[in-house]
Amino acid sequence: MNQEVSQLFPTPDFSHLSENDFQDVYEPAEDSFLLLDALEQEAESLNSLRPLICVEVGCGSGIVITFLKKLLSSQCVCLAVDSNHKATSSTVKTADQNKAQVEAVTSDLLGNLQPRIEGKIDVLVFNPPYVVTPPEEVRCPGLPSSWAGGVNGRQVTDRLLSDVHRLLSPSGVFYLITIRENKPDEIRQMLKDRGLESTVIIERKAGPERLNVIKFQRRISAVT
Amino acid sequence: MADPTVTVNEMKIREVDFNPEFISRMIPRIEWKALYEAALSLDVVGNLSPELITDYEKDEDFLKEAHRVLMEVEVIKGFLICPESGRKFPIENGIPNMLLNEGEVGDGPAQSEALQEDDSMQ
Repeated sequence: MNQEVSQLFPTPDFSHLSENDFQDVYEPAEDSFLLLDALEQEAESLNSLRPLICVEVGCGSGIVITFLKKLLSSQCVCLAVDSNHKATSSTVKTADQNKAQVEAVTSDLLGNLQPRIEGKIDVLVFNPPYVVTPPEEVRCPGLPSSWAGGVNGRQVTDRLLSDVHRLLSPSGVFYLITIRENKPDEIRQMLKDRGLESTVIIERKAGPERLNVIKFQRRISAVT
Repeated sequence: MADPTVTVNEMKIREVDFNPEFISRMIPRIEWKALYEAALSLDVVGNLSPELITDYEKDEDFLKEAHRVLMEVEVIKGFLICPESGRKFPIENGIPNMLLNEGEVGDGPAQSEALQEDDSMQ
């Protein structure tokens, strides 16, 4: 069934990016493709939200936000942020290559965009640097910033998690990639305490990593 | 007149299909005054007024103007300027760089400690 659906939403073309680009920007890998599969699986539900503002944090090559933009049938603003300017620049190229309109901003998470965007994000996507590393590796610029997650692989994720409940619009949804080492149950409980329900929508084992995508949204009672 | 919130060295007008329903739904999510001031700074304000008009969703002329400034005007090169701190954030190739630590802007390895001044860019 999934394979039939994949025909509808092809993986964005990123052949314009070279080995040279991937010296500085995260090359799409199992985690990126898992996120594409998760979003594809969610296509109907995402379209029923008729999202106006979609944001990807840590956009890297841009394939995920480009895929999301192509997946959505109604007009919306897709905003991609990354702290690596080579990533935001690759993202714009990937969007162009696939004839999608994506706005990119170089920023540390949402940075100073945050006050303006609070409560307005309908779809938020984050494939964070989730690899467990020594804490000091987290702030390295360039490529390591795409994967180095520090303690429990959570140092970057946690900075966004503490704000997610404020960022989402009333019907907003948030998709997050985690690996087992990130203690996903703890994350889910943390956000539950802030009014967000969650479901694991897809899981996959890729080499040593047990990846999953968790979907968060406000409790139904809070929406209606 | 207020200080500019955007300065521009290069600007592009791109054609985007007009979707009145989308624009009507977007307006409540926008801080109108900020959009108006940015449009003013870029000299693309047209017939837009500083105050958001009432019943805008029924006013096709207004929606077309809002569509133009929201969707079609693109700053390729310039600066975003924070109205409170005066700090300037460069826009290059249409991508604003909002990093506060400008050491991360350049190609070289982290020079983070070295660059703290707002004007050290360029």
